[in-house]
Amino acid sequence: MSIIRSLRLLLTACLLALMALPAQADDAQAKSLLKQLADAPNAKKGAVISDIASSGDERARQWLEAFADGKLAQNEETGDFVIVLENRGRNWTVADALSGEEIGEVSRRDLDSIRVNNALRRELDGILSVIDLTVQDPEKRLTAARELRGSVDETLIERITALMEAEANSDVKAALTEAIAIYKVDALGDLDAVAQLSGSLNIDARAALTNAARSDNAELAAAAQTALDQIEQKLKLNNAAKTLYFGISLGSVLVLAAIGLAITFGVMGVINMAHGELIMLGAYTTWGMQQLLPGQPGLALILSIPAGFMVAALAGVAIERTVIQHLKGRPLETLLATFGISLILQQLVRTVISPLNRTVVTPEWMSGSIMINEALSLTLNRLYIIGFALVVFAGLMLIMRKTRLGLEVRAVTQNRAMARSMGIKATRVDIMTFALGSGVAGLAGVALSQITNVGPNLGQNYIIDSFMVVVFGGVGNLWGTLVAGLSLGTINQLLEPWAGAVLAKILVLVFIILFIQKRPRGLFPQKGRAAEG
Amino acid sequence: MTQSTNYGQSWLTRPFTERSTQIFLAVLLGAVALVTFLNLTMPEDSALHVSTYTVTLMGKYLCYALLAVAVDLVWGYLGILSLGHGAFFALGGYAMGMYLMRQIGDRGVYGNPELPDFMVFLNWQELPWYWYGFDMAWFAFLMVLLAPGILAFIFGYLAFRSRVTGVYLSIITQALTFALMLAFFRNEMGFGGNNGLTDFMDILGFDLRTDGARLGLFVASGIALAIGYLICRAIVGSKLGRVSVACRDAEARTRFIGYRVERIQLFVFVVSAMLAGVAGALYVPQVGIINPSEFSPLFSIEVVVWVALGGRATLYGAVIGALIVNYAKTVFTGVMPDAWLFALGALFVLVTVFLPKGIAGLLAGLTQKKASTDKSVAGTAQEAGV
Repeated sequence: MSIIRSLRLLLTACLLALMALPAQADDAQAKSLLKQLADAPNAKKGAVISDIASSGDERARQWLEAFADGKLAQNEETGDFVIVLENRGRNWTVADALSGEEIGEVSRRDLDSIRVNNALRRELDGILSVIDLTVQDPEKRLTAARELRGSVDETLIERITALMEAEANSDVKAALTEAIAIYKVDALGDLDAVAQLSGSLNIDARAALTNAARSDNAELAAAAQTALDQIEQKLKLNNAAKTLYFGISLGSVLVLAAIGLAITFGVMGVINMAHGELIMLGAYTTWGMQQLLPGQPGLALILSIPAGFMVAALAGVAIERTVIQHLKGRPLETLLATFGISLILQQLVRTVISPLNRTVVTPEWMSGSIMINEALSLTLNRLYIIGFALVVFAGLMLIMRKTRLGLEVRAVTQNRAMARSMGIKATRVDIMTFALGSGVAGLAGVALSQITNVGPNLGQNYIIDSFMVVVFGGVGNLWGTLVAGLSLGTINQLLEPWAGAVLAKILVLVFIILFIQKRPRGLFPQKGRAAEG
Repeated sequence: MTQSTNYGQSWLTRPFTERSTQIFLAVLLGAVALVTFLNLTMPEDSALHVSTYTVTLMGKYLCYALLAVAVDLVWGYLGILSLGHGAFFALGGYAMGMYLMRQIGDRGVYGNPELPDFMVFLNWQELPWYWYGFDMAWFAFLMVLLAPGILAFIFGYLAFRSRVTGVYLSIITQALTFALMLAFFRNEMGFGGNNGLTDFMDILGFDLRTDGARLGLFVASGIALAIGYLICRAIVGSKLGRVSVACRDAEARTRFIGYRVERIQLFVFVVSAMLAGVAGALYVPQVGIINPSEFSPLFSIEVVVWVALGGRATLYGAVIGALIVNYAKTVFTGVMPDAWLFALGALFVLVTVFLPKGIAGLLAGLTQKKASTDKSVAGTAQEAGV
């Protein structure tokens, strides 16, 4: 069978298929196609294969693959078409070709296999390698087209060129054009194709260009090198964007962990070393919620947001009432006592739940990533956390700036005696503020449960970082915490490529230690009387 | 006990005339002598026999006590709550560990005369420059003092010059020890990474695994504690010590009077770091290993609670606190390991809330009402809330 003929068939078939996009091939049509295949003499089978391939039926690939393996058969009694799954012994296990469901064993004698020969197989191979390009779903065509890059050879090039010309979807068309260009650069040294590939981020395109740049043809080599340089530029830009994204993502985690501390330490002046354990409580609340609502991780996660806030806030109130209020004005003693509380909470979790890490499920809508281009994809869970951190920050800002509570908190921290004489219940404000700060730590825990291990040591890993962020940003300043968290996260990510993760962290710590020497009150020091308090 | 009356004497001899120092030295040296005697002379099956295991355990406690004294010197008398003294302790320990590593020579698993086992394992070709000299005892022992001392000097110089005090200082000392812990965990640092330095054999030609060497280390720890205590007493009793208490209680005023506050702070801080280094150096051969976990912030803050339990600004209180907590730790972790962190956590809370002056304060309240001077020192520290 000549290539020209099959190509013509395919082309017309494709055009037909594209024009008939909305018409879903129904079972009756499918059956009639299969019947044609079974009944046609070998010489005519090629045409039927093309018809099947171009029918746009999702099952076409299955049928043709089975046919190529000699496993497509017709039940002599019922006339139904089946795919043989297991052909050992007297009875063969088969699946219905139309529904795809396994229908049990059928005697070998009742089955009439549709014969295939070598010429047909060759044609099938060609069709099968491009059959995904003819399905109706443009997403699937795009995936297939992308996979083709780098694997096009001379047997396929004509089919693909035809398909590319017939393609309606611009993305698919671009991917196919690229695939063809890679082939042309690689096999033919085509200069126009080199130009087409410049700026492509595909790894096969780069490989083809690199090969071309080494070729003996000086003109081709120079063109390929120019294209490669352009790609290099683009890659650098993408890498910078990636680093920035990871930096902001790490930074937003730091902001989340530190923002509660910015309230309790920064605004109230209470050194709460158990802050990390309040974060841990939030994370464990998420885990507990998911245990309560099995199979609904997304709902559990959303419910964990208020629940985590409440759990941590209540724990915070308990800490404030039992310990911190007795140590007012003695910050270093508060530090020691709350450290003791953190040890107790950690051990409590170890004893009551488990010393091992718990698994918190990431809901489907949070997993996966957004692909910006081939060199840059943004993981969704981190994107959500960046958004969550910003929402929490904005919420806190609103509370501190616009509500009665915020006003009272600021009044009490600036001048406790004066605020009390104005009728503000300072003790109540203390409790509310501490509950707010602790609750926000719980929120941080809910978010962190999505990206790190939930275990008894979760809090310890964040406590030093949190203090660093608050001190670096300037105590008593929420904006400072935001800026400090984001910039420390970005600095850390910038250092990582050449220093390694651990060394980058050490360098950041040393940087903060030195920075505090220079500016003991942080990036944004408080001014005025409140600063002296 | 009364610091004002014998103020005219030389700073060197004054500590010996104080009642509290005399009692402390008598009890300490007496206990060390008694344990040595019981260990050497009593037969193994006697009820009075002190096993070498117990001797080593007590030697370990004495090292912790020296560390606690060092912390009390800066916290009790200078008002600096260091949450990073474990770093100085560990640096002293690493200096000693490096000496002990070099003493192994070619008896290691790989039999390399130059390189310690872990370096051979990691394919190091030659000894890094900072390991030079540690085969000589005098150099290593000097480094036990200098390594923590220089770090404390640089850190203190930067911090005190820019007047970083209070909570900020506490937090950056914690960051310091945390950063060092991360650094020492790295294999590239050349200090054995995760596993640290271990498998020691000899110290000064004595086999570390013999009972004699262990007893010797115990006695050395006792003497080191006594000397460290005397040094601290001498500092505290001198004019320098009085100014440092003034810094603790009213830093700004002391500066306005004309004292160079940052120099006093720096001096006391460096001395304290060196004492911590010595404690670490004596600790390592007794436990047989030094690894980065000694740098962990938890350990440093634990030391502070020993001091808080014993009673701040008394020095002997620090020793009492260190001994009690560590004995309790040994008992607890042996009987029910899970409960230890509960107990330690509760200790932090209860001591700070209910026992602000520690055991020493309790004792002082029970036994005497007349020694008003010493009490007022401890009292002002609490009132100042530093």
